[in-house]
Amino acid sequence: MAEAKKLIEIKDLCKSFGGHKVLQHITTDIYVGDVLCLVGPSGGGKSTFLRTLNLLEEPTSGNIFFEGIDITDKATNIDDVRKKIGMVFQHFNLFPHLTILENMTLAPINVLKMNETEAVDKAKELLNRVGLIDKKDTYPNMLSGGQKQRVAIVRSLMMSPDVMLFDEPTSALDPEMVGEVLDVMKELAKTGITMVVVTHEMGFAREVANRIAFLDNGVFAYENSPDKFFNNPNNERLQSFLSKVL
Amino acid sequence: MIETLKKAIVLNFIKDNRYLYIVDGLKNTMIITLFATIVGIVLGLVIALIRTTYDNTKKFKVLNSICQVYITVIRGTPVVIQLMILFFCIFTSRNTSGIVVAIIGFGLNSSAYVAEIFRSGLMSIDIGQMEAGRSLGLSYVQTLKLIIVPQAFKVVLPALCNEFIVLIKETSVAGYVAVQDLTKGGDIIRSRTYDAWTPLLVVAGIYLLLTCVFSFFVKKLELSLRKNERNA
Repeated sequence: MAEAKKLIEIKDLCKSFGGHKVLQHITTDIYVGDVLCLVGPSGGGKSTFLRTLNLLEEPTSGNIFFEGIDITDKATNIDDVRKKIGMVFQHFNLFPHLTILENMTLAPINVLKMNETEAVDKAKELLNRVGLIDKKDTYPNMLSGGQKQRVAIVRSLMMSPDVMLFDEPTSALDPEMVGEVLDVMKELAKTGITMVVVTHEMGFAREVANRIAFLDNGVFAYENSPDKFFNNPNNERLQSFLSKVL
Repeated sequence: MIETLKKAIVLNFIKDNRYLYIVDGLKNTMIITLFATIVGIVLGLVIALIRTTYDNTKKFKVLNSICQVYITVIRGTPVVIQLMILFFCIFTSRNTSGIVVAIIGFGLNSSAYVAEIFRSGLMSIDIGQMEAGRSLGLSYVQTLKLIIVPQAFKVVLPALCNEFIVLIKETSVAGYVAVQDLTKGGDIIRSRTYDAWTPLLVVAGIYLLLTCVFSFFVKKLELSLRKNERNA
């Protein structure tokens, strides 16, 4: 395999809310094709880290380069960067006043200037892939949590992003719906798209990720391949964390 | 009894074509209400967007302060006084139309209330909606226009409807600035016929009819906007 290309470079990233330091001097690279899972205790900084990657949270200091462009630079047009970064939220955040199809075609039509027929065709194809084509003309309120999250995922995919960010995508779901969302994410990982996933689903992380990072107190306290991460981590905090969640 | 009623109607409305005072008055009342509503909604929405944007992003600091002062002054003084200041102090040129002054006056007055109504609606929309819009690459303005405002509008519709029912009735003080509105029309008839009951009751009935018709259409609009709710 050829040398992997850097997609996102994170340099000395810090974020504080008031006096509370949530992220402390994080430096890491995310490569094209990576599936990076972020795990760790609540308040460890996982979600904040993820949200700085598309600047939903502005870093207090440090730089983030996306495809070589410094997104923390005020001169960068963040909207141009965000259209290449898909994001899936814990609470889905579908647009309740629009149908499923309209939810999906809104951004491609208004941001990418895709024509409507093309957008609708693409949306239908993606809905087919996640088994929700019969829901295309209904409104989000009529879907179950798992269905909403699958729609949220394909809504992001409509933009053909270079990376997908997942912020605890299954945490708000009833247990029996977790599987259907994880299945879609597994399928997605197989296509080779770069993914960064904040999750508590250790089974998913072990199966799908090529890198797992343990965020604790705002730092990447430990990072490794799934094998080493779960079987023989030489980090005390992680060992105690894993003993609680596994 | 019927004979008395018939006499009163003939005296107040038929004789000398006095019904024209009511018809012309009603026309003016409706013109003022319609255009003041438009001014109120447009200006109110702009103020609400400035205030909300400041609350969310701390941009537009100066504009936000101006809006706050504007709302305080407009809400804190009677509309009649505002109207008279406009008519007698500001637009002092002889050929200024009272109707235009009334439209401006009621429009500005209404905008302060509408701004706060819209602002409460905008604040009620979950922050996740803005984040979802922005993360898809939509700009701040696009997200407001396509995602936030349409949802907020549905939330504020009942309060907005209430505001415009108040506005329809408030225009009854337009007579202070030499506008012959519905109330003034009834007043003129009373001064000619010395009958107070008949013109006042008819005028009151017309206001009631106007607000009922308006409420009816808002109700329809509300129902059609609610189509995306469960079991709708």
